[in-house]
Amino acid sequence: MRIINSFFYSIGQGFRNLTRNRWYTLATVATISACLFLFGIFYSIVTNFQYMVKTAEEGVSVTVFFDEGVTEDQILALQSDLSVRPEVSKIDYESADAAWEGFKEQYLGEYADGFTENPLADSANLQIYMNDVSMQPALVTYLESIDIVKTVNRSEITASTLSGMNKLIAYISLGIIIILLAVSIFLISNTVTIGISVRKEEIGIMKYIGATDFFVRAPFVIEGMIIGFIGSIIPLVIVYFIYSEAIVYVGTRFAMLSNLLTFLPIEEIFDKLTPISILIGVGIGFLGSFVTVRRHLHV
Amino acid sequence: MEKSFRNKQKQRAGVPRDEIITLENVSKSYSKGAPALNEVTLHVKKGEFVFIVGDSGSGKSTLIKLLLRELTPTKGSINVLGYDLVHIKRRKIPMFRRNLGVVFQDFRLLKDRNVYENVAFAQRVILKSNREIRRNVPTILATVGLAGKYKSKVNQLSGGEQQRVALARALVNKPTILLADEPTGNLDPGNTRDIMKLMEQINENGTTVIVVTHNREIVNEMKKRVITMNKGVIVNDEENGVYIDEDY
Repeated sequence: MRIINSFFYSIGQGFRNLTRNRWYTLATVATISACLFLFGIFYSIVTNFQYMVKTAEEGVSVTVFFDEGVTEDQILALQSDLSVRPEVSKIDYESADAAWEGFKEQYLGEYADGFTENPLADSANLQIYMNDVSMQPALVTYLESIDIVKTVNRSEITASTLSGMNKLIAYISLGIIIILLAVSIFLISNTVTIGISVRKEEIGIMKYIGATDFFVRAPFVIEGMIIGFIGSIIPLVIVYFIYSEAIVYVGTRFAMLSNLLTFLPIEEIFDKLTPISILIGVGIGFLGSFVTVRRHLHV
Repeated sequence: MEKSFRNKQKQRAGVPRDEIITLENVSKSYSKGAPALNEVTLHVKKGEFVFIVGDSGSGKSTLIKLLLRELTPTKGSINVLGYDLVHIKRRKIPMFRRNLGVVFQDFRLLKDRNVYENVAFAQRVILKSNREIRRNVPTILATVGLAGKYKSKVNQLSGGEQQRVALARALVNKPTILLADEPTGNLDPGNTRDIMKLMEQINENGTTVIVVTHNREIVNEMKKRVITMNKGVIVNDEENGVYIDEDY
């Protein structure tokens, strides 16, 4: 009962603090919002890019052709050997007949009737898809070392470009996010410092009466967490609208690129972005105020 | 837990049971210059009314701060209500202070809140329930004669009234010891007399009262124990004492 009482008292005081230093509250909320807004935009771009890269990667495959006279059984044995390798996600076997059928259908149509034998007799192949494009070179080297393999067709350029881009984006976004977090914590700490200097006398009186550190600290920490929470909700709303508008805009404006620009649906972005943003906002609010009050508690 | 209990026992061992403040050879030096307190030994029994008088710079304020555990001594031992104030753990300090009521010369009220809230504040700090607060605060406000003004903002009150609010705040948690640091320093003679009368009443109800003051008339009139300090040393300590001139 007592704990509940003091809990509500602390929350009430936390809210009162917000209105006491109105301008600093606003300034801090605004900056945290700005930081988390950038974070939100960044997050959306990065996840979308990764999604596009992933989609593109999934299409990247290595095709293996075999020496003359290699039997179907040998090829199928190799397929089952390869399928246990960690970098391999899927292997499709195409027999010579199937390859010929596909070729006929795609390029020859009715003219194919002139062929009595399969001109692609040696074109049985394995098409290997990977979990991670960066593993392609190693896989290719391995495949080329196998006796029955004649040639390995790969798409080197796409693969290295995609994995390089992916890494670069991850590093840049990590750097920017760390900077934003540091700035936010600094700002929260400033707001709380001002709140404390305004209430220094009150804290002194509280300490004389026998208030515990927890009791003195709670309102400030709650103030920080509320600031962080509001500061995370505002950018989420803004990013939501921008994102849904952007999808429509890009979709209509660059319609010819539509098979390259595959956007994640907004729900999928916000399923993760919402809790992450709120956690970061409330987290820096908590951390910034907790640490700052600690420095001022020694009365 | 057990250890601190044993410490208490040890501290109490050589001390009369009703003694609640014990200072043995306490010295306090700040970084430079002469010590603010020099080998002070002092015993106060439960229920006493003690004046501490002396010039500014005599060490009175340092003494009060040591009793509040705002400072720790450079040397010597301090025991208040069984708490060893030299070795007390930081997180135990709030619990210790809840036994004390403190009144200052400059009142130290929360200026943006009304009389009721100022007194209730002391109860909230020690986690009293709202029901208890609603019962205790009006009672104590009536005791100090402010029952009719509970809604007033404190900065609309006179100095005497503000000090009564401060006194009510100090008393609402039913402290064992009331520490008053120049409580009448900012008051006119009429209010001074009223406040001192209240303190006497409080003392008669069993609270130990320690008043640091400059006010000669009050000290001479009330005929209580008077401890005179000069340059960090207790120069005189007598029952039914008087304010001694500063020619020491």
